[in-house]
Amino acid sequence: MASHGIEIKDLYKIFGPNGEKYIEAVKNGMSKTELNEKHGHVLGLKDINISMPAGQIQVVMGLSGSGKSTLIRHINRLIDPTVGAVVYEDADVCQMSKAELLDFRRHKTAMVFQKFALLPHRTVLQNTIYGLEIQGIDKNEAEKRALKWIERVGLAGFEDNYPNQLSGGMQQRVGLARALANDADILLMDEAFSALDPLIRTDMQAVLLDIQSELKKTVVFITHDLDEALRLGDRIAILRDGEVIQQGTGQEIVLNPADAYIADFIKEVNRGRVISVSTIMSGQPIDAVTKVEVGPDDRLESAAQAMTDMEENRANVRDINGNLVGSLDLKDTIRAMVTAATH
Amino acid sequence: MNWLTEFPEMSRTDLRDLKKGGDEAFKAFSRAYGEALENFFFPLLKFLKWFEDLLVATPWPIMMIIIALLVWAGSRSLPMVAGTVISMLLIGYLGMWEDTMFTLALISVATLICIVVGIPFGILMSKSDRTQAVVTPILDIMQTIPPFVYLIPILLLLGIGRVPGLIAVIIFAIPPVVRLTNLGIRLVDKDVLEAADSFGASPWQKMRTVQLPLALPNIFAGVNQTIMMALSMVVTASLIGVTGLGQEVLVALNNQYLSLGFMNGLAIVAIAIVFDRVSQKYGKRLQKHSEVVHG
Repeated sequence: MASHGIEIKDLYKIFGPNGEKYIEAVKNGMSKTELNEKHGHVLGLKDINISMPAGQIQVVMGLSGSGKSTLIRHINRLIDPTVGAVVYEDADVCQMSKAELLDFRRHKTAMVFQKFALLPHRTVLQNTIYGLEIQGIDKNEAEKRALKWIERVGLAGFEDNYPNQLSGGMQQRVGLARALANDADILLMDEAFSALDPLIRTDMQAVLLDIQSELKKTVVFITHDLDEALRLGDRIAILRDGEVIQQGTGQEIVLNPADAYIADFIKEVNRGRVISVSTIMSGQPIDAVTKVEVGPDDRLESAAQAMTDMEENRANVRDINGNLVGSLDLKDTIRAMVTAATH
Repeated sequence: MNWLTEFPEMSRTDLRDLKKGGDEAFKAFSRAYGEALENFFFPLLKFLKWFEDLLVATPWPIMMIIIALLVWAGSRSLPMVAGTVISMLLIGYLGMWEDTMFTLALISVATLICIVVGIPFGILMSKSDRTQAVVTPILDIMQTIPPFVYLIPILLLLGIGRVPGLIAVIIFAIPPVVRLTNLGIRLVDKDVLEAADSFGASPWQKMRTVQLPLALPNIFAGVNQTIMMALSMVVTASLIGVTGLGQEVLVALNNQYLSLGFMNGLAIVAIAIVFDRVSQKYGKRLQKHSEVVHG
């Protein structure tokens, strides 16, 4: 399990030959358009502050051009920031020397890419050992570890196939196995499932959640798909035009959208799968009649399902310690599921 | 209005002095360093002679078996092996075996040197736009300047013989392998390079595990072109003392021996076709992974 979170502090990225020159102007409120039209520089990221929790999935969501792929590339410094810091284990990635950076990338991070970025001339097995090979690990040992992960992502039997003999979903399984074989605490996933068919995408999300429940890595997951963000994210940060416009848990965002843009975004969300029982339950009284019991972290959809299955109108809420902590009304549950929050 | 109808030329004496000055300067350079250069290239001469002697001294049936095996190793194609053996038998029967061995030795050594020198140059070129900007025009000159022009200084420096011929062949034949190594490395998919970066690959690890393997088809096309150009130079090189099929063509040209010219010329063509097809097939086999596409 990963013990350290990632702190992104006051990060700015201005693309162009003299990015530093315009930092002050941008801090003083120069707009993206003005910077681009008058000075020929592109504002990539502005004043990013995100505290990514250790051992959890941090989703960064935004539409194309919002800067989310730029942001994830700052964590392993595939892109250098103009100013700012990315702190992991008390070290600022942005200040590392070349050698330290290579070491950091080899041992602390692993990345999965939208377009898979597999080595086309290598088999599935040879692709999976790539990170270990770069680390200088003995080939037999590397293959032993790689085989374990190939099996874990469901590719047993395909070890000797080349990437272009596999479907997109299978190729991304190779990408995932290659990243996991690195045994790094940080897993960076750049729109990892966006290129896949919806069914396969759901499948891969399940694979990721399953693996994450066991490994508890610090995952940074980039996506443009809100449903994916809500399903995977322990925390979500929403990016627009290079700025974080809201961050929090999925439920916080769905219940209290920060502005009209986000409110518009979450309109179509299945709220029953996002809002948890504890949000709307009443503390008292405990209902004496009903036999239905739900947990405080259960989602409304499953609570409603439990009540309707038993043809009850109320359910009691029991926490993990076995104490009854409140009760839930079916009508309230359904109201919470169908009323969209407005800004 | 004299200057309108007649080009304002340099005066005759000045022009003569200019040419003479250039010639004298080069001759002085040649006198001073010619021997040092000859000594420098002596190992090359020894290697080339050793290789020629080896090819000529090896009994022809053994040579034939070796050639057949090499063609098989490269192409994995029986028709190609058969075609090669038949044309080599015909070449031998028509009395050109020994000359063919000389030419084979020259081409092999020239190609080897082109690869050993050219690929590292191509790699350097791919690493820096500035190097590319400097090297590209030099390659352009090497490919367009008439070979006779650089035969003169080579002749002045090293005299007549195998090494000057070899150097002339290399100057003419090396540009494709340099160019295509550079191009191949530059064309490597940026996404895959980024993936290698994300795993902490050092520049050398990236070159070894990603760039060179993925540039291989292009590098191979370059080697193939280099071989073809080396072969097309054997007649010109024979002007400064390279023995082999090219020299016979030269003799035929000087004496208007039609049949001799055609026979030796066609022998060169036969070797060229064998080299070309075998190296292409080999290059394709290296790309096995790109053949089967998921459907």
